[in-house]
Amino acid sequence: MAETAQMKVSDEVAISIQKMNKWYGTFHVLRDIDLTVYRGERIVICGPSGSGKSTLIRCINALEEHQKGSIEVDGTLLSSDLKNIDKIRSEVGMCFQHFNLFPHLTILENCTLAPIWVRKTPKKEAEETAMHFLTKVKIPDQADKYPGQLSGGQQQRVAIARSLCMRPRIMLFDEPTSALDPEMIKEVLDTMIELAEEGMTMLCVTHEMGFARQVANRVIFMDEGQIVEQNEPEAFFSNPQSPRTQLFLSQILGH
Amino acid sequence: MSDTHEHSVAFVRTQAVPAAPPPFQATGPVKWVRENLFANIPNAILTLLSFYAIYVVLSATLPWMLNGIWNTQSLAECREILQGATGACFSVLVERWNQLLFGFTYPAEIYWRPTLAFVLLFLAAAPVLFFDLPRKLLVFTALYPFIAYYLIWGGTVWTPVFALLGVVGGFLVYVRFVRNSFAAGFFGGIAAAFVIWWIAGFIVPMLAWENPVLAAVPSRDMGGFMLNMMLGVVCVSLSLPIGIALALGRQSSMPLIKIICVVFIEFVRGVPLITLLFVASVVLAYFFPPDATIDLILRVIIMITMFSSAYIAEVIRGGLAALPKGQYEAADSLGLDYPQAMRLIILPQALKISIPGIVNVAVGLFKDTTLVSVISMFDLVGMIRGPILASTEWNGVYWELFMFAALLFFIVCYGISQYSQWLERRLATDHR
Repeated sequence: MAETAQMKVSDEVAISIQKMNKWYGTFHVLRDIDLTVYRGERIVICGPSGSGKSTLIRCINALEEHQKGSIEVDGTLLSSDLKNIDKIRSEVGMCFQHFNLFPHLTILENCTLAPIWVRKTPKKEAEETAMHFLTKVKIPDQADKYPGQLSGGQQQRVAIARSLCMRPRIMLFDEPTSALDPEMIKEVLDTMIELAEEGMTMLCVTHEMGFARQVANRVIFMDEGQIVEQNEPEAFFSNPQSPRTQLFLSQILGH
Repeated sequence: MSDTHEHSVAFVRTQAVPAAPPPFQATGPVKWVRENLFANIPNAILTLLSFYAIYVVLSATLPWMLNGIWNTQSLAECREILQGATGACFSVLVERWNQLLFGFTYPAEIYWRPTLAFVLLFLAAAPVLFFDLPRKLLVFTALYPFIAYYLIWGGTVWTPVFALLGVVGGFLVYVRFVRNSFAAGFFGGIAAAFVIWWIAGFIVPMLAWENPVLAAVPSRDMGGFMLNMMLGVVCVSLSLPIGIALALGRQSSMPLIKIICVVFIEFVRGVPLITLLFVASVVLAYFFPPDATIDLILRVIIMITMFSSAYIAEVIRGGLAALPKGQYEAADSLGLDYPQAMRLIILPQALKISIPGIVNVAVGLFKDTTLVSVISMFDLVGMIRGPILASTEWNGVYWELFMFAALLFFIVCYGISQYSQWLERRLATDHR
């Protein structure tokens, strides 16, 4: 699968972050983040906890507000204008650590809700799309159940399908496998790998280094709110430059 | 069975043991009595004591009830028939039945109007309470308040028609502007409704006929259990949406809206309902222009609604707080705007959590409608304490009347409680 990572990505810019800063009160979480993501790129962001990696990708769809600098997604500048924020959010899919499915709706309703209400898709068409993506994540037979009846891995795959139903151009993953049992991690990662192979632009916060090696074409290491190092996965893992990265890799790959 | 001993404990069954019924002591009523009533000595003593207590209560009340007299014209006649024996004088319920239900000044020949409104209430409430029913029935629910008003108050048909027009106009303005911004639609709609009502204030008197189809009944003639039902139904159905709005307003990121909601909730919760009712009946008149006569029932409805909506707001705030932050984030990340996220994701879940609390407030509110008897309105309790007990025929019939009042309220409140339990079971999808 090494050639997947080496695949040429386009020159079209999907996300452009410039000198972005964020504070929680007086705590400086993100410092001078500069990041350009090209269409079709698959980026894995790793780093110790509290390094700001989740906050970074949550800033991209405005779940968190940044205070300085600029974020541009698909040519739309992220400002406090609600119209822009809603536009960006409907173009950017997101999967959470704790799935965040809507427990009062069936799996199918979870998937059709946003297309029907945000995209104004007719119900029938939305249901067909939903079934298409549920088949893709291999759980079409669970469509009429409620999230509480599914296993964690299944729920996360539904969450991915729910995002895909909005036909997003960019997918964000916030530690999608951290809340899962080991045997369920694989089924979710397989779904994400499949997605990557289809050329989806992906930003993924994860500790799954195997996944990073296999699909990422760029790995970013963050610490204390800054991007410390970024490189192609091969070089990143075999020859980390910064001592902080070396320490981190030795800790997580050491066992 | 461990492998090492396998050969020494080897066993092969050659004959099947047939299924047999359990011994008599392990099943049936005997087992139940043993386990539940006489499990051990303290238990047995408690059981016997309880039986004795039940006996004492029943031996006092049963003869009184079974010996009850239903067909006399006054308490004196009851006493004459009973000749000193214990027995209830239920005839007061028969003789004053209509007064207990409709008050003592509501014209007797048009009792059918509030009765019809009451029957229609079930039709109107059904699609709201049981959402498996076809959604088209909601059209009738939307029209019901105006129909019920027309039936109960009568008078010119144009009053409810223009009231309806105001609501429709407000709704159309809301739909027109909500695309731009929710606040514009919301306040625009309310403003439009008020403009229509204000204009109607001039038109309706001109259109009114001398002899309306349904004779007009002034508010002061409303009374009895009908008044309790009117206040209860109107105030509960108004205070739920207002309570939701207040709860959401209290969470708002806009400081002005937040402050208004917090001040309103904290103020109204900190004041006894009785005080608000006195304000409604006496003080409020000072604030209106001298010629503006705001109907007393309307004033009371406003006060009770304010009171209960503040409570409901706090109950719903609890439900909102119980939702994980991830639900808001998931709704946001899918691109749902604020009204959509609230209506489709947050409120259905928050309201489901709040059902027991909301029902608690609704039941309490319904019983509190009897407090209007203190500001000399003749609701069920007001009727009993006033015209009925004060009459020479029935002076002294306390038990029968108040037990009847208690029974009526119990039936309604128990119904509400049973419905809410059904609703909770029906909505349970979380499979915890």
